[in-house]
Amino acid sequence: MSVSTQTGGWRTAAGWRRLLRDQPIVPLTALLILVVVIYSLVRPGVVNADWAGVILRAAVPLAILAGCQTLTMLTGGIDLSVGAVASMAGFMVASLLSGPGLGVGLAVALAAATLAGLLTGIGVGIFRVHPLIMSLGVSFVVLGLANAWQILTVQSSTGVPPELRMIGAERFGGLIPYSLLVFVPLAALIVLSLRRTGYGRMLYAIGDNPVAARLSGARGWQVLIVLYVVSALMASVAGFLLSGLTNVASVTLADSLVLPSVAATVIGGTSIFGGRGGYSGTIVGALILTVTSALLTALGYPEAVRQIMFGAIIVVVAAAYSRVTGET
Amino acid sequence: MSAATGTVDGVRGRPVDELVAWTRRNGWNLSLLAILVVLLVFTKMINSNYGVSSIQGLAISVLPLALAAGAQAICVIGGGIDLSIGSMMALTSVVAASQMKGQGEEFGVAVVLGVLLLGLVLGAINGGVIVVTRVPDIVVTLAMAFVWGGAALLVLKTPAGGSAQWLKDLVLGPAGVEWIPKATVVLLVVVAVVWMPLRRSKVGLSIYAIGSNQLAAFRSGVSVGRTKVIAYALTGLFSASAGLSLTASTGIGNPVPGPYTLMSVAAVVLGGVSLAGGRGGVFGPIIGVLILVLIQNDMAFLSLDPNLALVSQGLILIGVVMFGSLIQWRRSRR
Repeated sequence: MSVSTQTGGWRTAAGWRRLLRDQPIVPLTALLILVVVIYSLVRPGVVNADWAGVILRAAVPLAILAGCQTLTMLTGGIDLSVGAVASMAGFMVASLLSGPGLGVGLAVALAAATLAGLLTGIGVGIFRVHPLIMSLGVSFVVLGLANAWQILTVQSSTGVPPELRMIGAERFGGLIPYSLLVFVPLAALIVLSLRRTGYGRMLYAIGDNPVAARLSGARGWQVLIVLYVVSALMASVAGFLLSGLTNVASVTLADSLVLPSVAATVIGGTSIFGGRGGYSGTIVGALILTVTSALLTALGYPEAVRQIMFGAIIVVVAAAYSRVTGET
Repeated sequence: MSAATGTVDGVRGRPVDELVAWTRRNGWNLSLLAILVVLLVFTKMINSNYGVSSIQGLAISVLPLALAAGAQAICVIGGGIDLSIGSMMALTSVVAASQMKGQGEEFGVAVVLGVLLLGLVLGAINGGVIVVTRVPDIVVTLAMAFVWGGAALLVLKTPAGGSAQWLKDLVLGPAGVEWIPKATVVLLVVVAVVWMPLRRSKVGLSIYAIGSNQLAAFRSGVSVGRTKVIAYALTGLFSASAGLSLTASTGIGNPVPGPYTLMSVAAVVLGGVSLAGGRGGVFGPIIGVLILVLIQNDMAFLSLDPNLALVSQGLILIGVVMFGSLIQWRRSRR
């Protein structure tokens, strides 16, 4: 990513800096287009509407999980339990399918996610445990209980419900993924509530200056408890879509997406210290990661190189942000 | 444990007072030890066969995790956190295993030294990137976890390689007396050689200083950047020895990182190292590791679902941190 802070051109260096700080979505979109162009140069003729649909479909679960990270990072936190919660939710639905059915399964999964989120939120909000530790501990608890549940239900047949498979994997007219039906309203809701609602402003306020927020009357602990419940619920939605996409129900399904979700948020311009960022950047970040990953696969690079590239991208982008925003 | 805070250090006089002061300073570690003893007694009660061989097994399974916890403790004391420990362990382990396979015993010595040096370099790169880019530790080490993990996969695609016989002999089996496993001796030696001198040295003090208050440390003339790089390099060194212990105990190198990063964070918190930095030591986390592993074993002896051990580890982690933050909160109210 070329953060040309020195170049003058028609805009001054300060102008570029302001652009990257206030509107990270512009350079991020440019980066996304760059990656797509590279892809089309490397694999001519592959980049078309069908390809875009496949990429979008793959990016949706990651983008939702990254949404959990964005919301929690705005308050200066992080939610490492999203992987465990998402996998648990997907598995729960699959395991309850043959008996009680889809509706009960969805309800039980969402209820379990709510409990997990409540636990994290109470720890972070009331007991002031570091969010990293709290969500890590909760992820152990969720994973362990999900494993125990798996052993209990191993006799009954499990399978991903066809409804979820349709929403997660199939595409409208063979082109537009159905998962956008879930994602677009959800994303719009997040973006709007961050910008327009008091709750959204409260998240920024708590992340920016918790003491000031408290002194101006924000009840931080209530905000945080609601936040982590919302995060867990979003994670379970991502889990439903992911199990539908991969047609797999496993208690570790989404674990590999936890670190990329943090990466997408960081790339999207949300500060890990809180108070700065937004969801639109995160969505572009998730798309960049998905396209880059597809690009490296298309080039025949092994998983190893892909991982190294991921790491390098995170460091470089985060360094660029910290340079231009002047935060340490 | 809170040597850097020095709240009760001033007490000098009757030996009883000193003992009381020492106990108060090491209160957290002592209560952890008490929990460990209770757990050991409990283990013996529920499983009368628990004896020499089980202690040996415990020591072997604890070794990599204990070294990882030591690694995590150093950078957390310095006010950072290293999420790439598991990946560094995987990378150093596969490098060691792939280089030692089919080579002579003497060559193994060179490989071990080289791998330890590699650990120092990996850690120094982590610290250097943090200092140069001014990106938060957690983001950089998260990214470096990808990088080192990927590099490990480049070295070996699947678990393979070998280990020099002397390296295996170093950690497997008893050391003279059958009740003292070699793995424990190795652990104590590593800690004694690296940690004890460090803690007394100027560099060690600087690490505590930048952890407890970076600005104050800077104004007192501590080179914050250099100290940070050193702290991360030492984390890398401990991670490399943890990786070597994996190779030694399994005889191969596995490029897929184990659950060591997250477990090391859990052990560090359980071991009384404040995540805010500047407090704690290496012994607490090591006792924390023993407790975490013993609970897992006990669950197996009670023929409970092993997954419930994971649940209980999570609950212990949460409970301990909640308890700790409550104490801190009450203290700050006084």
